[in-house]
This record gives sequence, structure tokens and C-alpha cells, in this order.
Amino acid sequence: MIQLTINTKKHQIDADSKMPLLWVIRDFIGLTGTKYGCGKGLCGACTVLVNGSPVRSCSTPVSFAEDKSILTIEGVENENKVLQEVWEEDNVPQCGYCQSGQIMSAVALLEKNKNPTDKDIDTAMSGNICRCGTYQRIRNAIHKTAELMNTNTETK
Amino acid sequence: MNTVQQVTRRSFIRSVGLASGGLILACNVPSTSEKNPMKRAFNGETFEPNLFIQLKDNGDLVLTASRSEMGQGVRTSLTSIIADEMDADWNLVSVVQATGDSNYGNQNTDGSRSVRTLYETMRKMGATAKAMLITAAATQLKVDESTLKTENHYVIDTTSNKKIFYGDLIKEASKLQIPENPTLKNPKDFKYIGKGLKSIDAAGFASGKPKYGMDIKLPDMKYATVARCPVTFGTVKSFDKVEAMAVTGVVDVIEIPKIDKPFGTLGGVVVIATNTWAAMKGKEALKIEWNYGDNKSYNSDAYAKMITNNVHKKSKEIRNDGNVHKAFKNAAQIIESTYNLPHLVHAPMEVPNATAWVKEDNTCEVWAPTQTPQAARKEVVDFLEVEEKDVIINVTFLGGGFGRKSKPDYVVEAVAISKAIKAPVQVIWTREDDIQHSYYHTVSAQYMKASLDTAGNVTGWLHRVAYPSIASTFAPDTGFAAGFEFGQGLVNIPYQIDNVRCENSKAPAHIRIGWLRSVINIVQSFSINTFVDELAVKAEKDPLEFRLNLIGANRIEESDSGYHFDSSKLKNVLKIATKNANYGKQLPEGHGLGIAMHYSFFTYVASVIEVSVIDGKLKVHNIYSVIDCGTAVNTDTIKAQMEGAAIFGMSLAYYGKITAKDGAIEQSNYHDYQMIRMHQTPKIHIEIVKSDAIPTGVGEPGVPPIAPAIVNAIYNATGKRYYSLPLQDHNLI
Repeated sequence: MIQLTINTKKHQIDADSKMPLLWVIRDFIGLTGTKYGCGKGLCGACTVLVNGSPVRSCSTPVSFAEDKSILTIEGVENENKVLQEVWEEDNVPQCGYCQSGQIMSAVALLEKNKNPTDKDIDTAMSGNICRCGTYQRIRNAIHKTAELMNTNTETK
Repeated sequence: MNTVQQVTRRSFIRSVGLASGGLILACNVPSTSEKNPMKRAFNGETFEPNLFIQLKDNGDLVLTASRSEMGQGVRTSLTSIIADEMDADWNLVSVVQATGDSNYGNQNTDGSRSVRTLYETMRKMGATAKAMLITAAATQLKVDESTLKTENHYVIDTTSNKKIFYGDLIKEASKLQIPENPTLKNPKDFKYIGKGLKSIDAAGFASGKPKYGMDIKLPDMKYATVARCPVTFGTVKSFDKVEAMAVTGVVDVIEIPKIDKPFGTLGGVVVIATNTWAAMKGKEALKIEWNYGDNKSYNSDAYAKMITNNVHKKSKEIRNDGNVHKAFKNAAQIIESTYNLPHLVHAPMEVPNATAWVKEDNTCEVWAPTQTPQAARKEVVDFLEVEEKDVIINVTFLGGGFGRKSKPDYVVEAVAISKAIKAPVQVIWTREDDIQHSYYHTVSAQYMKASLDTAGNVTGWLHRVAYPSIASTFAPDTGFAAGFEFGQGLVNIPYQIDNVRCENSKAPAHIRIGWLRSVINIVQSFSINTFVDELAVKAEKDPLEFRLNLIGANRIEESDSGYHFDSSKLKNVLKIATKNANYGKQLPEGHGLGIAMHYSFFTYVASVIEVSVIDGKLKVHNIYSVIDCGTAVNTDTIKAQMEGAAIFGMSLAYYGKITAKDGAIEQSNYHDYQMIRMHQTPKIHIEIVKSDAIPTGVGEPGVPPIAPAIVNAIYNATGKRYYSLPLQDHNLI
């Protein structure tokens, strides 16, 4: 049995410890917002946060995440609602399939860096492919989220 | 006769599976016509119900999208047209996705055709519903209809200022006959059309909620992967399943035969498991011997040389105006160039997949991300030898399509597996499967020759093309391409040249050839746009002026399609794009600007691209694209599609290359079939030309100018011209 904490909820899973975290999340827990894209950590569609750091869940064994805190797209609402609202407002996604992974990478970036430069965004986001080509809107949405988050902090 | 019919609640429920009532309208459209929708003769008597409006007593307006959502925003654009004509409150609108059913008319979501072929129909649907609501309100208020107006889900009596909510009118409206010729809105009164409404699915996309194919979970569903022969159309000779069966979670290994049809399955060895990972591990553990078949001889490098030889010889005439040979004889200058472009593959982020459940009585339900649910249904009906009513094709969200998901081979494959194992099954293609067993964008060779007179005018134009045809997938392969391929920019060049000859050289297919976003426009736009740039240099003319002159006089070229080519619109997008790019300004050292334009899917696009080549490495800084697609139904969607098209075009220019060795595709995943990423993304500037003409294509026309504009910009920056892609092969990346 493997103990997992996903979006603050505890789960006990009977799965092979070498099974990639992605398939445990999707097939065993039933959270389908995290996507399969390549199975080799090349495209970022499967990105989740483990203890706050972005991880390619398609090529990370579930054992790595045991006793750690896992955040998936389904839990972002409680972590960075502002970002999700900007994503919606700016109509960032096209097909939407890679966007869970994009958002997870962006959440991790903004957690560590309140004012990311274009260069910071390049570094943090270049592991996430978007075949529809929404990169420009993703970049703008990250800048806008950072601004809004900083304004909200100031007014508090 | 009007197009809108009332349907009984019972037939409505049967058709789309909704259990709630209300005012329900269905609309007829001719199912297959691709002609100008403005010219359609609507005859309500001969067509089945197609697209639906359902208005509930609480005011909820449920609209049905008949086309597949793959990121182009079609669920929003189509339904917003209805809502606008209805004067409905967009906040009360929800969208249901149609199943695959010919009663909806053509559902093929490709060819940049959804909005352009359904715009008029959607407007009429909305206008008819509105007219009925007005009549119902007149009865309820006992006033004349002429005193009534509609606004945001209310009918308002302009004399008494009484308002009736749409939801309160459904009983009265349901009793009415369908009015003929409802009045359409004056476009200046549009509230949603042309306003850049955001996607109705945007909130879902930002929270991981929409269900794509692989997100479907059925009770006791099995997961499956398939090992297919590396060589197209090869078959299984023998296999050893012992090690695969030893993988925890694998429950069975079976063989499914090939179905020899354009959209049939390739067949192979299937691993059945209780989870996706086990199915993937099991597949890796299989030991299979194949009968490779004839296509094992296919080596794409040698093949490219062969078709290049073919285009250097006189070939089959496709178009012949004037006498190019005479023009060449009298020329002041002759320019010749040869172009080579490789196969491409779609590689949508979501791999092909389908979930199928063949029940004991041989009826079947499918959930699939498909661009073509009716073709999928037909394949399944044929395979199971049942009737259409026995097969339901549910269309999920598509994680990108780009033409791959127009081919439902992966749907019938899942159905064959479900039937064999007598259980619901989800069949997942790995990324490797996707890249190695697709319907590929064709490989090509092109030869171009032109003559210039002493003043630098183009007097003769010869264009010879060779590429395996899409037609080879559907009919015995003649080795020659099809008329619809020549019509994508080859024979319909926008230039006024007296002597023009187009020829097609032989190129038989050895892998499945299919369409990929923008299709053969990519190939023909590349050669023509870079060749014209070369001619301008040889003529010692400014590339912009040279192009404007070559387009020639303002004229309308009529077409049977009902969409007529207007040369002034092409010149207009070119002028705007160059203006936006500050064409002619002094550029920094190592920078260059490149121009390209292309007319495709009845839409005019020009792109001007600024690049730099510093220390031999390319960087794209700015892309200025301008589109004239007639009436812009959703300006934000159009902008997004054009931004995406710029990246799609960059990916194929930088990296796009699929090769075959001994019949097997050599690339396998995103490391050797790469995509543009965030750090390579330039600033993309889009302008949409304001127009009240009928809407034309949007999803594809933005792609074809990108690669040639980059190559022209590289020339402008460095003086070096490239005749083949990808640019990675020229060590520029």
C-alpha cells in the first residue's frame, strides 16, 4: 500500500511502486485533469507539483511522491485562484489539453518568483509544449497574474 | 420554405439524449453542399432536423454544437451566432455536443469550414426562434407584434414598457407554426458576433475539467495498447506473449486483424490490462515477428532523390496558359530552383485514443476525440454489420486534431478490441504509436522556372510538383496527385503572368498520406513565396513592390465554390502587414524582414517576419500577420488561431521532418520530432481586416505564409537562401 496526499486529501493505493505517478493519479485516484502527452518527460502535459516543485508525473515513479504533498490542477483553485481567473479572462487555452501542465508550471514559478521576467518565464515554461501555440498568451497571463497578486498583497 | 422545424419532444430526446423539455427547434441544412452558404436554396421538406435550440421555462438556453471542439473555439462561435440573432442572454446559454449523426448535416470538422458553411443557417435558426417568441408575446400581451422588440432574453412592449422573459413564453411559442423568412438582424446590431466573446469552455480549460477521450471511465473498463507493424500495412507473422502476460495488471494478449479500408485499423497485437501503465509495459514486453510487405522498400531519403529527378523531367500537364517555352526562349533572364520538403506528422498533444463498448446484442457506444464522428460511425457500422441506430459516437473534447483525428482508424480499432474481449475498453496510442502510425503530410519535390524580361517583369512561369497524394489513401494509387491538391495554391496562383504552365510528376505512396492543418498549401506556398522573393532579387526590385505588381490589376476571379478571389484583398493584407512591420525601416545588424502571402480556404493572409541570424543561429523576433476572412464572427478566436498558426508554421519550419528507413518511421517522440517552445516564441502581432463579406476559413490559412516568410527573412538578413526544410538541417537552430 502506498500513502499519497493529493490536494491535501490522503489516499491509500495498491499499485506497483514503480508505476509513474501520472497513471496512479489518473487510473487509480480518478483525477483526470493531469494529462498524458509523451511518457518521457518531454512535453510537460503531465506536470504536477510535489512539495511545491514541478514534476513530470509520466516519468516519476509513484514511490517518489510517497509522504510528500502533491498538487494537481484540481487543487489549484485553493492555491492560486487568481491565475486561473486570468487564464479564463484572457482566453489563454485553445484545445486546453496541455493547459493543466502549463498552469502547474506557472503556479510553481509564481510561488518562488513574484515578479518573473520574460527570461524567467522562458526558463520555467520551456518544458511545456503547446501544439496549439498559446505561448504568447501564457506569457502575458503570467505577467498579469503576478501584477494582480502583488496588488492584492499591497492592499492587504 | 423555411429551414426551421419544430420537432417533438420525444424525437428530440431520442436524438440528443436530453431529458428536459421546453421550446425545441430543429433546423435543416443541406448536408453535404460546400457551396456558398448565402446561395443555398433551403428546402425544409427534404432534410432531417439538424441543429438544435432548446429553451427551457427557467430561461436556460441549450444550444447544440454539431462540430468538434479542438481548440478553434467552434462551440462558442457557432452557438454565439444563434444567440445573437435570438437576442439571447449569453449567460443563460449552455452548449451540448452532438453525437455523430447525419441528421446534423455535415459534421466534418476540418477544411476550415465550420463557421463559413454554417453562418447563415445559424443566423436563421436564431432569427426564427426570436420571431416565434415575439408572436407568442403578442398573443400573451394582446398587442400587435409591431410594437414589440427583443432584448437580452426579454420581449419588450415599446408602448407599455411591459417585459416578458423568454422562459415565460415557451408554452405559447410551442403552439406556433414555423414562420417563413424571419428577419435577420442588421449586422450593426450584433451583440456577440464580431465582439471576441471568450470561449464558453474557458473556465473549464483552466481547471482541468473538460473530458477528453482518455478521461472517460466506464465500469469494468479495460485498458489496451496495440503493437502495430513498423512498416505500413505489414501484418503479424507470430508473437510470444509470455513476458507481456507476466506484467502485473496485464490480463490478456490477443491479435486483431488489419481492416483494408482507408479508415480501417492497421491490426496488430493487443495488450489488455487493468490500467494504462500495465498495458504500455505489456506492449514493451511483447516479442513479435512481422510480415513487412512491399512497403519495407521505402527509404524516404532515396525517395526524395527519385521524385526530385522526376520534377526535372517534362511531366503531366495540369495548367497551360500561353507558351512558356517561347517565353523562356525570349527571356532576358532565366531563374530555376528546386525545393524539397519532408513528411510531417500532426502530433496533437492528446494522442489518438478511443473508448468503445460493444454490448452483447452487438450494439455499440463509443467515446472518442474525433473530427469526423459520422465517418467513425460508418466504419463501426460496417465492422459490426449493424444499423446506424445501433452505434452511438459520443464526441469528447479533442486535445488538438490538426487533421489526424479526421481519420477514425483508431475508433474502429477500439471497437474491434471491445468486441473481441466482450468488455468496454479504452485503447490508448502511445506518443510513439502516434508518430509512427499516422496519416502523414506528404513528402515533396518541386521545380520552378521563370523568365524575366529586360524590365524585370515575369514573362513565363513553370511549376512542376511531385508528392504522394492524399488520394492514394482512398483509391488505387496512380502516382499522380488530385485536383483538390493542385487547387491549393498551385494552379490558382494570384499572379497575372501571360505564360503559365503547371505539371505533376509521378510520386507513388508508401505510407498512409493524409491531410495536416493547411494541407498541401504548406508545400506550394513555400516554393511560390520563396521563388517570387528570388525573382524580385534577380529583377533588382523591392520584394513588396514586385509582389504587388505581380498580383496585377484589381479583379474578381469567379469560382464555382461561390467564393470569388479578389486580388485587391490580397494586396490589402500585404500592404497592412508591411505597414505594421514598419517595412523599410533600418534593422539592427544581422536582422532581416521576410514577406509571404497566401490565399487558402477562401481567406487572404500575409505575414511579415523579422528574424536575426547571429553566429549562424536563427531567432524569430516578430511575426506580423494580417487576415481577411470576411465577417469576423469571433475576433478573439481568429486572433488566437492566427497566433497558433504562426507557432505551427514555425515548428514545421524549424524542426518538421518525418523520415522512413526500410519502411519504418525513424522519429518516435518530441525529442526527435520537436516543437517550438516558450523561449523561441516571438512577439506575434495579428490584424483582422474589417469586412462584411461572407465568412471564410480561419483555422488553417494562417500557416502557409510562415515558413516562406522566415526563409525570405533569412535571405534578407544573410544573403543565403534555403530551398528545403527543416531549418534544423541547415544548422540554423
